[in-house]
Formats: sequence, structure tokens, C-alpha cells
Amino acid sequence: MRLHTIIEKTGLDNLTTDVDLDCDVKGVYVSDLLSDVIANVEAGALWVTLQVHPNIIAVAALKDLAGVILVNDRQPETETLKKAEQEGIPILTTRLSTYQIAGRLFNLVGEC
Amino acid sequence: MVMKSADELKTATSLTSAKDITRVQELVYEMKVEQVMAHDVITVDPSLPMSELRALLRDKRISGVPVVKEDILEGVVSIEDFIRYLAEGQPNCSVSERMQRKVNTLFDNDSLVRAVEEFDRLGYGRFPVISRNSGKLVGIITKGDIIRGLLKKMEIDYHAEEIHRYRASHIFEDIIADKTTLIFQYKVFSRDFNRAGETSSGLKKTLRRMGISPQIIRRVAIATYEAEMNIVVFTEGGEITARVTPEEIRVEAVDDGPGIADIQKAMQPGYSTAQDWVRALGFGAGMGLTNIQKCSDEMHLVSRLGEGTKLEFIIHLNNVFINAAAHHN
Repeated sequence: MRLHTIIEKTGLDNLTTDVDLDCDVKGVYVSDLLSDVIANVEAGALWVTLQVHPNIIAVAALKDLAGVILVNDRQPETETLKKAEQEGIPILTTRLSTYQIAGRLFNLVGEC
Repeated sequence: MVMKSADELKTATSLTSAKDITRVQELVYEMKVEQVMAHDVITVDPSLPMSELRALLRDKRISGVPVVKEDILEGVVSIEDFIRYLAEGQPNCSVSERMQRKVNTLFDNDSLVRAVEEFDRLGYGRFPVISRNSGKLVGIITKGDIIRGLLKKMEIDYHAEEIHRYRASHIFEDIIADKTTLIFQYKVFSRDFNRAGETSSGLKKTLRRMGISPQIIRRVAIATYEAEMNIVVFTEGGEITARVTPEEIRVEAVDDGPGIADIQKAMQPGYSTAQDWVRALGFGAGMGLTNIQKCSDEMHLVSRLGEGTKLEFIIHLNNVFINAAAHHN
């Protein structure tokens, strides 16, 4: 499923310009431990986390992720946003909790 | 012929070489309407009074607007409909009474070539786009969107091709020596979380430009990232050096201390000596060394308390440069 479709259907806010919202999302991974994400996430997946520091972009770029979703209306640090646009990684925010957004994504994207 | 059918496409193609025109032709067949259309569509409810239409068209600078109820397109009401309504001097009514119900649309998964044909055949400036699955209105498309989409796609492909062309295999072919090693060095700063990750992403980009296979790059990048984070989180700073030969990539991460007290324990998955504030940032999961080991073919870890740590891991390239070597011989 394309990222923009997911953004529309789950009501995410996109904070980044000049990023590819048209890419095909290959799955979803939920974790706040960076090493765990690095070890287990598949390339092209969306990553749901509450971490907001710039290193999430390093992880996302490293694993060629489709984007990062920040939960509980948490806002990225300025540096995070800057890096995200440099690396072309979409940062999306939601008011929903990790559980709620994960549930919606599961219904939308399914098991993967 | 497709290229003759839209003026703007002609303009776009006349600027480029014969080879690129073929590329545009390929793309109009390959790309779908949903890839270039605008997703944010201004719409009105069928119950909107005609008297409010003028302000909307003026404020949004549009000449017509889709009439939508529960995401389903019911018609389009344009400035022409509005003028006709004024001329007839009819009492105020809803847009649903004055809109055009027969609307030409495109599907989201129609190819661009079909879109271009429709623009040419009907001469409209824009088409509402309907989802073939749900039947709902999902976007709107203009000729400008098609041109922009094609140009963007061509630019992306061009960059990809450029990088692709410049392959490391050529470097190794071009260098005449009995043994060739490319060395990349990176400084890693202690507790600088803003710059953390720059070494691994820098090395990743470098290897990608060299044309090394994505699977290999992924393994090198992950292992390097973990080594880099170990230096950032636990040490006073250090240096990462990657040595690339036709046979292997060897990465060495060296720091000035404090050293690892118990290497065996440190190697256990989940074991970490990270402080709470570091863990709160999502680091210190105790998976770093395990991840490095999983990603590499060989790993060596030497550490002395009070002196420092030297971590080295090797990833074999095996077949990656075999073609180059064969050429060389």
C-alpha cells in the first residue's frame, strides 16, 4: 500500500517536505529500542516509535525505511526534522497511542 | 501517436534527446494516474447554496469544483454553471440542482497514456480521479501534474543511473597494483547524539556509490552503526576505519577507553551497562555486539580496562567483484 494512502486513512500529519509519499510500504514495525529496530525491521517498512531525537533518522536511513511515525502527538526535535529532509525520510505524527495506531495500521496493511 | 496528443508533452520532449523521448514514452505507459495526481481535492457538498459558490471559486482560484457526498463524486459545478444560474435569475438553490451530473473521470490506476488521450480527446483542463476499488474520489489531475510527474521520475532515474554507472568494480579494474585497498576513515565523537549515525550513513552512501550489492551494504551499515553507537554512548570518542578490497570489507572501531570489564558478559544479548538516560533514548538495549556478530563473517573484540577497545569485523565480498577480476585477467 502506498504511503500517502496510509497517511490519509489513518489521519497522520506529515511534517516533512520533499520526501517520497508515493513509495510502497512493505510492512510496519513497532519498537522504541533502536538496536531492536536495526536488527529486525525490513527495508521499506514504516516504523512506529515515541523516540524523537535525530538518531531515529540515522536508523531509518540505514534501513531504507518508508517513514517514521511518532505517537502520542510527540514532536520531533528541530535537528531530527532537518536530518529527515536531508535523508528524504518522511516524519509523520499522530495523536494516537502506539497501541491505537498499530491497530489501525494492522487493519490497513495486514500481517507482514 | 501519444506524443502528439498533448501540447505540453511535446514541449517537454522537444527539449530532450531522442533517447529521452523513448524514456518518456516508456514512462507514460508505466506510470499510473495516482502517482502524479494531486491528492488534496477541494470539494463541495451537494447542499451548498449556489450563492456561496462564487466566493469559493474566487478564493481557491479554481474554475470548477467536484460535488461530493460521502467521498462519492456526484457531479461537477463550474463557473459556467454559476453564470448560467445568474443569467436565468433563478432563486437561490443548492449546487446539486445546477451541477453537471455527467462527468468524465479517470481511475487511479489508469496509465498516464490513457490520461493523455483523454485530455486530448475531450480538451478538458482537469479530470477528477476515482479509486477503481472503492469508487470514491481520491484526487484530481491536470496536464501540469503529468509533466511534473514525468520530469520528477526522469530525474530520479537519471540519478540512479549515474550512480549505477560509477562502479567500484571499475575502480579496482582501473588501478594497476598487485594489491589494492581503499581506506575510509571517520571520527566518532563521544556523547554527540546529534552527529551519531553519520559514520555509518556516510560509509553506506560511499559503498552504494561504489556499486556494492545492497545486501552487503546493509550488513556493513548495521554493524558499523552499532560500533559507532558503542563509541558514542560508552567511550571518550574514537575512530572507525573501513578497508575495502576486492575480497572483503574490514571495519575497525577503536576508542580510547574506558574499556569493557567483562567481554563475555558484554557479548550476551540483552546485557548492557548503559545509564538510564541513554536507555530512555532507546539505546543500550544490549544488542549492539550481537547485531554486529550477526551481520559479519568474522568479528574480533579486544579490550583493556582503562585503555580502550578495538573491535574489528569482516564481511566477505565473495562474488561481488568476480566479474571485475575476470576482466582484469
